[in-house]
Amino acid sequence: MRRAIARARPARSRPTRALPAVLLVATLIGAWELYVDLGNVDRLVLPAPHEVAEALWNNAGLLASNLRPTAEEVVLGIALALVTGFGAAIAIHLSPWLRRAIYPIAVGSQAVPIAVIAALLIFWWGFGILPKLAVITLICFFPVLVTTVDGLAAVDPEQLKLLHTLDASRWQALRFAELPAALPAAISGARIALTVAVIGAYIAESQTATTGAYAGLGHEINADLTALDTSRAYAAAGVLFVFAIVCFYTLALAERRLAPWAHRPRGEAR
Amino acid sequence: MPAKGAIALQIQLDPELAGREATRPAVSISDVSHAYPERGGGGEVAALEHMTVHAAEHELLAVVGPSGCGKTTLLELICGLQRSDSGAVECLPAALMPQRDLLLPWLTAVDNAALALRIGHESRARARARASALFEELGLAGFEQARPQELSGGMRQRVAFVRTLLSGKPLLCLDEPFGALDAITRAEMQTWLTDALGREPRTVVLVTHDVEEAIVLADRVAVVSARPGRVVRELEIGLARPRSRTDPEVLALREQALRVLASSGPRPADVPARAGAQDGAGR
Repeated sequence: MRRAIARARPARSRPTRALPAVLLVATLIGAWELYVDLGNVDRLVLPAPHEVAEALWNNAGLLASNLRPTAEEVVLGIALALVTGFGAAIAIHLSPWLRRAIYPIAVGSQAVPIAVIAALLIFWWGFGILPKLAVITLICFFPVLVTTVDGLAAVDPEQLKLLHTLDASRWQALRFAELPAALPAAISGARIALTVAVIGAYIAESQTATTGAYAGLGHEINADLTALDTSRAYAAAGVLFVFAIVCFYTLALAERRLAPWAHRPRGEAR
Repeated sequence: MPAKGAIALQIQLDPELAGREATRPAVSISDVSHAYPERGGGGEVAALEHMTVHAAEHELLAVVGPSGCGKTTLLELICGLQRSDSGAVECLPAALMPQRDLLLPWLTAVDNAALALRIGHESRARARARASALFEELGLAGFEQARPQELSGGMRQRVAFVRTLLSGKPLLCLDEPFGALDAITRAEMQTWLTDALGREPRTVVLVTHDVEEAIVLADRVAVVSARPGRVVRELEIGLARPRSRTDPEVLALREQALRVLASSGPRPADVPARAGAQDGAGR
């Protein structure tokens, strides 16, 4: 009966759900516009939103071309982080010995300033996509690892006892109970990872000298700032911002597909 | 001694099995004691003390006692999830149906029921087909593709029972299977279980704190004292099925069991009060 009540709430349509965010962004942009127009701010320091929009319009082709390498880095980096993070989490979960071996290194890897590592990796691997991927993976695999390890460990011990009486092997317990149970947590980890992946891409690109015409949005932002083309830098940052949001919600959508049970009302938990 | 006249009337018994059952009980718990480490302390809690109980093949043995009398420990010993500190546990391979249904939320009802088959490396299609056949037989038809969250408490217990049946183990250990259900659903489920076991005869050890449930369902009822648990009385239930909770015989047995439970009450662990125990006292 409790379930019936919990399920009765209808899902609101998408446009209505996006409304608060749209309103907030509009308000912030409006305030920004007013501040710049009325506050006599130097346009080189802070361009007004309409100038950024203009720069976006005029440089759409350039920005799109620069989005491509950045998007590639982020998507591939996240994929690598998911594979390594998920793999390391399973290894840690299955073996206390590996937990003692991997966990301290994983934590340590997060304590090192990433800009330093980026510079070192580029010195070592050159200006290709490889050092950038390494930087993004390095930043992103940690949230995936931690959330997945917790998710794997959160399985009800009674559940494992039950599987044991059904003669499940260690591998089968993992496959039927622990891995699916950890999936929502792992995807949450990926969502956290995604937001930092964009930062990682920026840092990695900042450390790179230009090799091609389009070196990525991070590189574009730095180049524009150096050239005092501030409104184009803001336009590039805006594209990066929208890209991160799109990625985030794509993953949220994937989660609903992959782990629909995590979104149902829990109903009778016991 | 566990073999005499304990087989339910309407469960058709394979004559070969019946012959075997006379010599070797399906469940044999002899003078078993078990303690587990105290939570948060260095001491030990005695869960079972000199517990002796047996069940013949295809017999439904109900173990009834107050909360915390070591009933769950008993089932875990039977299922091989723990080893007893002393005494002998000899049982046929057992499958556990835990107190909570523990259905996996990412599987459909039929896939949950077929879990044991999948673990036994049957193909997905074959496992589903076999589980679906039982769904049909046991009143779950139409709910094959439902997720556990979409099922009522009674339905979930049924699916959990089918999962336990499909383990193929000759011995089923049911831990308070209907404890979380409302009275009406519980009565329905008791009828359902009697019916299901009529179709798929197995040896069953049913743990419950509901005396009435024990008497309505079981061939034999072992009344267990408060912790540390030991059998203070065994009652043979020779009544024909289906039984109603309002039958005078059921009521009389219920009174009897409740009296035994009341007199067994909490007691110091060192008092060897075994006067009420009839079965296996000499072991």
